[in-house]
Amino acid sequence: MSDLFQGFIQALMLIFTIDSDLYAISGRSLQVTMTATLIASVVGIPLGAWLAVSNFRLRNVLIICINALMGLPPVVVGLLVYLFLSKSGPFGVFNLLFTPSAMIIAQVIIILPIIASISHRTIRILWKEYRDFFISLNATRWQIILTLIKDSRRSLITAALAGFGRGIGEVGAIMIVGGNIDHATRVLTTAISLETSRGNFHLAMALGIVLIILSILINFLMHITVKSKYEQIDD
Amino acid sequence: MIDFKIKGANLLIKKSSSLLLGPMSFELVNLSFMILLGQNGAGKTSLLRLLHGLDSPESGSLVWEPKIKVEDQSFVFQSPIILRRNVLENVFYPLILRGVSKSDAISIAKEWLEKIFLIQKAYEPALSLSGGERQRMVIARALISKPKILFLDEPTVNLDGESKLQIENLLKQALRDGTKIIMATHDLGQAKRLGEHILFLHNGKVVETTSVNSFFSEPQTDEALTFVRGGILR
Repeated sequence: MSDLFQGFIQALMLIFTIDSDLYAISGRSLQVTMTATLIASVVGIPLGAWLAVSNFRLRNVLIICINALMGLPPVVVGLLVYLFLSKSGPFGVFNLLFTPSAMIIAQVIIILPIIASISHRTIRILWKEYRDFFISLNATRWQIILTLIKDSRRSLITAALAGFGRGIGEVGAIMIVGGNIDHATRVLTTAISLETSRGNFHLAMALGIVLIILSILINFLMHITVKSKYEQIDD
Repeated sequence: MIDFKIKGANLLIKKSSSLLLGPMSFELVNLSFMILLGQNGAGKTSLLRLLHGLDSPESGSLVWEPKIKVEDQSFVFQSPIILRRNVLENVFYPLILRGVSKSDAISIAKEWLEKIFLIQKAYEPALSLSGGERQRMVIARALISKPKILFLDEPTVNLDGESKLQIENLLKQALRDGTKIIMATHDLGQAKRLGEHILFLHNGKVVETTSVNSFFSEPQTDEALTFVRGGILR
C-alpha cells in the first residue's frame, strides 16, 4: 500500500517538476501508439465496413480469422517483426529495427484486428438497418461504405480507442523490436518494466500512474472531440 | 408523364421455404395511383418489394414496359429508415448520391422542408422527430429526386388524423407533379380518398384488380365483399 501511495506522490512530483525524461518517454509512448492507432484505423475501419456490406464465399472465414487475430500474443508479433526487420530478414535493408518505426509496425499488427473486428460488428448493425434504403437508391459500394462510416463515427471512435488502449499498455512486442533504448525507443511500459526489474517500485508505480492518466485523458479528449448528438439520441 | 405497364406472370416468393406470395399473375396498365389493398399478412409488402426490385421472385417473371431504372423509382418503408444525421442532410442525401453539388442539394432540400413544414427543424437530428414528422421527412426524401414512380408501404399506419392528412396532401401533390404512385394500405378510407385503381390481395394471391369505384360499389368476389363491409377474412 505504501508503494502505491509513494508512487502516487512521486508521479505528482515528476509531473509538476516537469521531469524532462518523463515527458520525453510519455511523448514517445503517445507518438508511437497514436501513429499506430491512426494507421490501423485508416486500414481497419474501411476493412470492417467492407466486410460488413460484402457477401462473398470466404467472408465468414475472413471474419473468424480477424477475430482470432485479436488475441494475437504481442510477444509473438514482436518476434515476427524482429525477424522481418533484422539484418538477415527481408526488410533488413530499411534499418528499422530498434527504432520507433519498428514499434509502430508491431503495434499496427496488434491493433488492426481489434479495430477491424469492432468496426465490422458496429457497421454490420447499421447496414442491416439501412440495407433496403441503399438498394432502393441503387447506391454504389463506396457510397454505402462512406455513409455507414460517417453515421457510425461515434462507435468507430470507441473501436479506435480500444485499439489505442491495447497499444499504449503493450510491452512485449515493443520491447523486442524497440530494444528499450534510453532516449531512443524507451516508452512508458518498457520503462516500468525496467524500473520494476531494478527494484525501483516507487518510480515504476509513478510511471504506471502517468500511463493511466494519459490513457484516460486521450479517451476523454477523443470522446468530446467527436461527439455525435444523433447517436446519443439513439442510445 | 409516362404511361407504363407492369406484367407479372406466375410470380412466387418464398422465405425460408414458406410461401409468402403467389403464384400470381397480373397486368397493371396506365396506373396513376394504384392501391395494394388487403389485410395484414395478405402479401402487400412482399408485392411492393418485388415490384421495386428489393426482393427477387422464386419463380415467374415481372416485366416493366417501358423499363424504369431503379434511380427513377423511390420507396417509402413502413418503418422509416432514418440516417443518423440532421433532417436537412437526410432529405438531400439522394441528391448527393446522384452527384448534385452540396450547395444545390441544400437549397432544393430547404424548399422541400418548407413544403412539409419542417424547415424550423432542418438542423435537428432526424431521430428526434415525431412519427408523423419522420414520415413526412422520408416522403420528401423519396420525392426530392423527382421519381417517375413512388412506392409506399403503409406510410400512415399508426399516425393521427392530422399527420395522415398532411401526408395524403403530399401524395396528391406528387401525383399532380407527374409521379405515379403504388401504395400498400389496409385503410379502406384512405384507399377511397386517394386511389384510382385497386389490387386486392388475400393470402398472398391477387383476388381482384379494378377501379376504386367499382371495387367499393360492386366487389366481384366474396373476399372483397367481406373486406369492404369491414369483415375479417380467414
